[in-house]
Amino acid sequence: MREIIITELTQASQELARGFAHYLPRLIVMLIIAFVGWVIAYLLKLLVRSILRLTRLSKLSENSGATQLLKQAALPSSTELLSRFVFWVAWIGFILLGVSVLGIVGLQEYISRFFLFLPRLFVSLVILFFGLLAASFFSRAVLLAAVNANFRSSRLLSISIRIIISIFALSMVFEVLGVAEETMLIAFGTAFGAVMLGLAIAFGLGGKDLAREFLERRLATGKREEKEDELSPL
Amino acid sequence: MAEETLLTDDFLRQLINVGEVDILVGLPTHNNAKTIDPVIRAVQAGILECFPRERVVIINADGGSQDGTPERVTGASIDDVWNVSKVYALRTLHSISTQYARSPEPGTALRTILAAADLLRAKACVLVSPDSTTIEPDWLQRLVRPVYNDNFDMVSPIYRRQKFEGALMRNLLYPMTRAIYGHRIREPYASEFAISGRLATDFLDKEIWNHDWGRIGAEICLTVTAMTGKYRVCQAFLGTKAQPDRSARDLLAAMRQTVGALFSSLDSNFPLWSAITGSQSVPTIGALSEVMLEPVRVNRKQLWEMFATGVAELEPIFRSILSASTLSELQRIATLDVSDFHYPGDVWAKTVFEFAASYHRSVISRDHIVQALVPLYRGRALTFLVENREGSGEDIERSVESLCGEFERLKPYLLEVWADRK
Repeated sequence: MREIIITELTQASQELARGFAHYLPRLIVMLIIAFVGWVIAYLLKLLVRSILRLTRLSKLSENSGATQLLKQAALPSSTELLSRFVFWVAWIGFILLGVSVLGIVGLQEYISRFFLFLPRLFVSLVILFFGLLAASFFSRAVLLAAVNANFRSSRLLSISIRIIISIFALSMVFEVLGVAEETMLIAFGTAFGAVMLGLAIAFGLGGKDLAREFLERRLATGKREEKEDELSPL
Repeated sequence: MAEETLLTDDFLRQLINVGEVDILVGLPTHNNAKTIDPVIRAVQAGILECFPRERVVIINADGGSQDGTPERVTGASIDDVWNVSKVYALRTLHSISTQYARSPEPGTALRTILAAADLLRAKACVLVSPDSTTIEPDWLQRLVRPVYNDNFDMVSPIYRRQKFEGALMRNLLYPMTRAIYGHRIREPYASEFAISGRLATDFLDKEIWNHDWGRIGAEICLTVTAMTGKYRVCQAFLGTKAQPDRSARDLLAAMRQTVGALFSSLDSNFPLWSAITGSQSVPTIGALSEVMLEPVRVNRKQLWEMFATGVAELEPIFRSILSASTLSELQRIATLDVSDFHYPGDVWAKTVFEFAASYHRSVISRDHIVQALVPLYRGRALTFLVENREGSGEDIERSVESLCGEFERLKPYLLEVWADRK
């Protein structure tokens, strides 16, 4: 009995040692791949950062208000954010490549799915970034134009523009990611329709006097109101 | 050279036919058929009376007029002027028109005229606004003589104005250029001015033409170039300035052309202006300022409303442009009634300087920064109006002088916020 136990234990430890010896080189290969991957990812990060600095992305980001958005969210600058994103995607990619060397059954499929998903993830992040940029830029442009045209409820108009563009960008992101496509489509359609209906009702009811005044001014040429002068700036 | 691509072949052929000239009169136009005739007549009379022996050419740079303006310029006969003035020119007076674009671009128009002056080796180049219906023949002499005879490089105009006209000039452009560049030029953005051939050629080589603001605000850049370079600048009193249809005047466009270009000029000229303290007067021919006291109806309540609404609605934008203390001061001013309204000169100067620094740092889109200044300018214009409602010409002058003093006193503050990297 004692001998059997010893034999079994010996066999088990030998198998463990064999298995370990079998996996050790693969583990070392995986660690080497992960390390080389880290170096390559780090170099890529530096390269992307330099390219983005050369292309003055930060200036574009500042001009469009994205830098402010990122600051409000306690995030680093757009250049730093993009270069870090490249670093992590590249390194995770190398780690997964290393893991695949281990030959764990079933993991290969998930890894290949991850690699197939990467381009879509990148595209969706780019769409989100530029969508939020556009939302910020255009809402500010509308706000300034409305205030300078003495339009009432300028901020409401500006917020509406921001919401519409953000929803539009988000729906595009979800479509690219392939997440809840139909739900997002319906949600976007409903939200957009609701905003448009709301605006139509608001302008229809609230602006009827304004519209009448406008038409009267345009059509009744004989009854022209005497206007006060504007100050000439130059 | 740049002008080879700027000037059309047909225009070049016409210029070659003209040959070298002494004086070039530039007329940038766009749909000015209603006002161009008296301007042309005054220019022709000015040439006959004051420069009958000089070789003169009138160059019309047109921005795609649809009302026959260029035809009116080239077709204007000098015979009528001869009959009136009884003076005959000893040289042929050429009038050439060219279309530089299909839509008006003031900077490109100026560039076309300067390129022509450069090619024709003009000794003096004078620009006349097609809207200046009050122009007199002797304006030409007052502008050209200092350049042609006294070796000045730029003659800037001084006009007789209604006391509230030119509010942007009096409340921002003049005080700021004076404080920044140290020259007391009353009209840094002039619709009529004269420059030497040397300045025209040098200015053509500047980099400003590659920028958007160069295309829309080249006039103010020219004045800045004259002030910052080794050029001799003077001023000449001309007469009453004609005000174009005031209700149609777009304040925002004016702000872009002037304030945007002035703010942009600060970037490249920082080493120069940062070392300048105080200001010095420039030689002036004629009166330094004249105002007309005829009443003007201005909707003060609307100005107040647009200021107050602007301060409230644009608060998120102002937070990224203005310091907390200036913003809170503006919010306090916005609570005042129209009758008690007062936007003090020091707060206004600080506001403008903080806008200039934010423009330099591009905290948001530069065009948005200029747009955000519009409601605040309306507030300052209202204060100018309220302060000088019953004021005489001297009172207006004192008020402008006091504001200039505030801008000069607070220049160190501009340097401080300029360097500040928040």
